[in-house]
Amino acid sequence: MSDGKTVISLTDIIKRFYIGKPNELQILNGISLEVHEGEFVSIVGASGSGKTTLMNVIGLLDRPTEGKYIIDGVDIDEADDDELSFIRNQKIGFVFQTYNLIPKTNALKNVELPMMYAGVSMGERKKRAEELLKIVDMEERMEHLPEELSGGQKQRVAIARSIANNPAIILADEPTGALDSKTGRSVMDLFHKLNIEQGKTIVLITHSTELAEETDRIITLKDGSIIGERAGTDKSWMKNLGGDGGNNSADDDVKEENSTADVSAKEEVEQPC
Amino acid sequence: MLIENIRLAFTSLKANKSRAFLTMLGIIIGIASVIAIMTVGNSLTNSVSESMQSMGANNITVYIKQRDNEAEVKEDGTTFGTVDMNVSITEDDYITDEMIYSLVKEFPDEIEAISAEESVGQVTLSSEVDKSDVAIDITGVSVGYFVANSYTMLAGDTIDIDALKNAANTAVVSENFVSDMWGLEAGEALGKDFTVKVNNQEVTYTISGVYKNETTTMIMTGVASTSVFIPLTTAQSFNHSKNYTYFSIVSQMGVDSDKLADKVKTYLGGYYRSNKYITIETFNMASMVSTFSDMMGTITLAISVIAGIALLVGGIGVMNIMLVSITERTREIGTRKALGATNSSIRTQFIVEAMIICLIGGIIGVIAGVGLGLFAANLLGYPASPSVVSIVVSLVFSMAIGVFFGYYPANKAAKMNPIDALRYE
Repeated sequence: MSDGKTVISLTDIIKRFYIGKPNELQILNGISLEVHEGEFVSIVGASGSGKTTLMNVIGLLDRPTEGKYIIDGVDIDEADDDELSFIRNQKIGFVFQTYNLIPKTNALKNVELPMMYAGVSMGERKKRAEELLKIVDMEERMEHLPEELSGGQKQRVAIARSIANNPAIILADEPTGALDSKTGRSVMDLFHKLNIEQGKTIVLITHSTELAEETDRIITLKDGSIIGERAGTDKSWMKNLGGDGGNNSADDDVKEENSTADVSAKEEVEQPC
Repeated sequence: MLIENIRLAFTSLKANKSRAFLTMLGIIIGIASVIAIMTVGNSLTNSVSESMQSMGANNITVYIKQRDNEAEVKEDGTTFGTVDMNVSITEDDYITDEMIYSLVKEFPDEIEAISAEESVGQVTLSSEVDKSDVAIDITGVSVGYFVANSYTMLAGDTIDIDALKNAANTAVVSENFVSDMWGLEAGEALGKDFTVKVNNQEVTYTISGVYKNETTTMIMTGVASTSVFIPLTTAQSFNHSKNYTYFSIVSQMGVDSDKLADKVKTYLGGYYRSNKYITIETFNMASMVSTFSDMMGTITLAISVIAGIALLVGGIGVMNIMLVSITERTREIGTRKALGATNSSIRTQFIVEAMIICLIGGIIGVIAGVGLGLFAANLLGYPASPSVVSIVVSLVFSMAIGVFFGYYPANKAAKMNPIDALRYE
């Protein structure tokens, strides 16, 4: 998998807080990391290991104190705040533990949101949002408000939203953390599907080593440093995709609607919580 | 993007309907009171101006008046003018016929007519129909009097030059007088005589004309007395007077009566230059009307300023609620930022929301204000005239309030740190 082009390149990233104050705190101690196109990478670590801070840096929500960060060929050091917003909008798809759907706004409008900020016309983004919701098997609930959706359904909408602008990476922060194991399973399967079928690059931040085993590469963080890096071993998820999972085609965006059939069939059982 | 923001604003208002309405209430009350006051003020000004105009906006009254003494400067620095109470105005100080003649000669293109009058007195006659009392007011008038006061003749003629020259005992009476006195129609009364006793002198007048009853004037007179007009000269010889303390000028159509009043004052003032105590003063309805309009305008403005304070309080309410709203929606703001919203798009979103609140409040306020204004004007009996300008200004102003009081909360939202905002509980 590491033969694709480099999407994320972190070099000696250091992040300090309370700089110049007595309680100055260094959270990241020179992280160097590369993520390639089409990879499914997990970053694991106990709480306090700095994985949230690393995620904020990767997600451009925070700037590193030192070090170089190049995302999809753009050096963020030279970008001002508005340009960071633009890069976030175009190159990063966020999936949060708490879903973070906009309340009182239906699923369709939520998925349209990143496209609205990208300046896509109303008709076009509605069409695209409908397609995206179909990919995550939410076409039946497009008009539903977040309040009317179950946790798993909310996360599916959030995932559809994260890929709206066709970003370079999907950044998922504990996406199954608030879900029961069965629903969490289906969300993980959705990530695998996006990764395999659509070639999406995914960075999963989690404290669960179990989930991390499913990914291509596991990066272990401790006290602000990378202490280990190895390939994931669990391939049991492959049976849920109805194939061997090996036939990935990284360049094709929307294809094989019929292969999603068994995933959606599974989802019918899920009850709103 | 603007349409987007307007839709977002409506979504968020719908989510909190009662709160949105309470927030608007301040704006509604502010705008409604401004509009209501403007409407009532406008209709009052219009109708009073109209009735003043009907009383003769082209008329200039010229009168003599005691000069103010030179302002004295007191030791403490204050100044005041005084009127010397010991001076009494004598017949010699009055305005004479010669003055009026030369005035007319001086401004022939501007003066339409001169109206002078000399009161003889009030007498009560007994009706020949039912012996009831008929009160009359005998006044000697010049030819111009009827023009100046817009009388309509039903029969016969007004006091004419001949009658004036001869100091004839003719009279012009009202329609009411002939019907009360003799139960006659206007036309039947011409040439009829009637005798009155004033100051122990009996005089008999012959009716030469009948005028239409005075149109309703603003001030109701207590006693229903009716005016009987006789030639000015007749009245003067009766009173043994020759001169006038005042007279009126009817200016030609299209003449600026304000300017003419000034010219007349200067011209006639020449006759009084050497007079230490007396001078000439003028008064005209047009300047009275404009003074009144100005005064009403000032009052309206003053009350509007107070209403504007209500609006200000409303605006602060909007700001307060917007602050609450962005705190509640911190997570949403963080999410929007993560999804690529720039600071300025967040700022615009909340400013538009505040503007929409204020604009809706403004529209409801305008409707309520016009309704209230129409109701009040109706109650006062004036035709209501809502001011379109003030409605437009109010709406623009309410939006401006939205921008002004929305800016601070919106800016606060825009400047939120996305990390903190996303994790806000």
